[in-house]
Amino acid sequence: MIESLIKSERAELTQSSKKAVPVVLSTRVRLARNLSGWVFPERANSSQRRDVLSNCETQLGTLPVMKRGSFFNLDSLSELEKQVLVERHLISRELSEGESGAGVYINKDQTCSVMINEEDHLRIQFLKSGFHLKSVWKQMDAFDSALDQAMDVAYSPRFGYLTACPTNLGTGMRASVMMHLPGLVIAEQMERVIRAVSQLGITVRGLFGEGSDATGHVFQISNQQTLGESEGDILDRLGNVLKTVIDHEINARYKCLEDNRAKLFDQIGRAYGILRNVHILSSNEAMNLLSLVRLAVDFGMLPDDNRADVDRLFIECQPGHVQYAAKEGIAPEARDLARADKMREEFNNLPPLDFDKVKDLG
Amino acid sequence: MADNIKCGLCGNEATVHLTQIVNNKIHKVDLCEACAQKKGVTDPEGFSLADLLAKTNVSFEPKEKQIVCPQCGHSTADFRRTGRLGCSACFEVFEPLLLPVLEDMHPDTYHKGKVPAVALRRQSSESEIRMLKESLQRAVQEEAYEEAARIRDMIHEMEAAVNDVEVSSK
Repeated sequence: MIESLIKSERAELTQSSKKAVPVVLSTRVRLARNLSGWVFPERANSSQRRDVLSNCETQLGTLPVMKRGSFFNLDSLSELEKQVLVERHLISRELSEGESGAGVYINKDQTCSVMINEEDHLRIQFLKSGFHLKSVWKQMDAFDSALDQAMDVAYSPRFGYLTACPTNLGTGMRASVMMHLPGLVIAEQMERVIRAVSQLGITVRGLFGEGSDATGHVFQISNQQTLGESEGDILDRLGNVLKTVIDHEINARYKCLEDNRAKLFDQIGRAYGILRNVHILSSNEAMNLLSLVRLAVDFGMLPDDNRADVDRLFIECQPGHVQYAAKEGIAPEARDLARADKMREEFNNLPPLDFDKVKDLG
Repeated sequence: MADNIKCGLCGNEATVHLTQIVNNKIHKVDLCEACAQKKGVTDPEGFSLADLLAKTNVSFEPKEKQIVCPQCGHSTADFRRTGRLGCSACFEVFEPLLLPVLEDMHPDTYHKGKVPAVALRRQSSESEIRMLKESLQRAVQEEAYEEAARIRDMIHEMEAAVNDVEVSSK
């Protein structure tokens, strides 16, 4: 069912060759919205969930953003298809494991997805490669205003947009930026960064938003608070924190280059060598190696264009994607072989690392 | 002899007294040596009193008075267990329980962001139209036909305005 999404040549996260930049992988903004007069999904019975689902499917279909988009009823997707959508950040794990009567509407270029009957009736997400809090919010704001015209959302002047969980009340907005922070991890500064930003109402989590497992040195940084501040103020605060984190990351990278040049080059060189010659590869190892290759691109050892290839492989090396590409159910061990094959093929098309291209800071 | 201050976690004598300001709110806690160690209080950089309070606040009142939301059936116990609400009406029903949670969670408890202007306008004009229709019926029953005609025109105007909003949005 999801074939066309995977094969699409316009998918934002996997086909964004021109937009991939150092440090920031992608920007996402999501809004939680509920329909006025309907019980929230967790409290709703199955017929209420079905009604909300079909009502939302119809209304969302009329919005210009969803023109030529696709709607999926979660009940009609296989476990593997759901996993692929989770790995592409188009649906949440909670939705994929939730009760019957849930769905997702995804627009043509996969920059917008709307989950129906997750924790709230609607969870709208806009996503873009690179660091774009303002422009992603602008798209979201326009979409939300169009939605406001199409349907009555649950709102109170005191508490703002009403959500099932008080953590989302008010704006219902969670803005998050996916960051690649190998410099801070190598310098063992991540703990300090996490503690410092949490005092500012900002949360840092590992790649898939569960625990703080930071495979591939990828972290998701987002606002924690949603009530009592306007969307613009929240985005400004988050943006300022992120700019500081970016500065620290860049400094950490150059400090590492200055202090341990040979060791850093050795790690990057070995990662590249492994990816060219590997025959058995787990997804964790793949992501950690890809992280070092992305760092190599940022340092100038590989052409800028290859950054987007790394970002695509970050997603395509996930278990669901490897299994989906293999067309049939394969065992985890066979998956590690298939993943290794793919990496060898991709990396033999890349130019060799050019260590002389590395420029020092300033 | 002054009364000993007790540790907020275990009840032993407190020797560590902490005040921390998070989001312009003052949090105070008294702890004994052992609990302070356990909670990482001795590391001033990494310790967040707000986090500690949020985690230990898991209501110890077993005999709390139960309220039930008339619209969705969500109860005080449901709210305590899940931390979530069941429907829009719950916000009024559970407001006294919700406010302290929101104070710990957010910088303020008043919404300062976006307003769904169209939906609010539509909802208020719909309820106005409903009221006008009721007075129209009354006017007809009372055979006040001039008054009825005037109300009917107002309803037509308002309905046209509501439709306009919906048409221009497409």
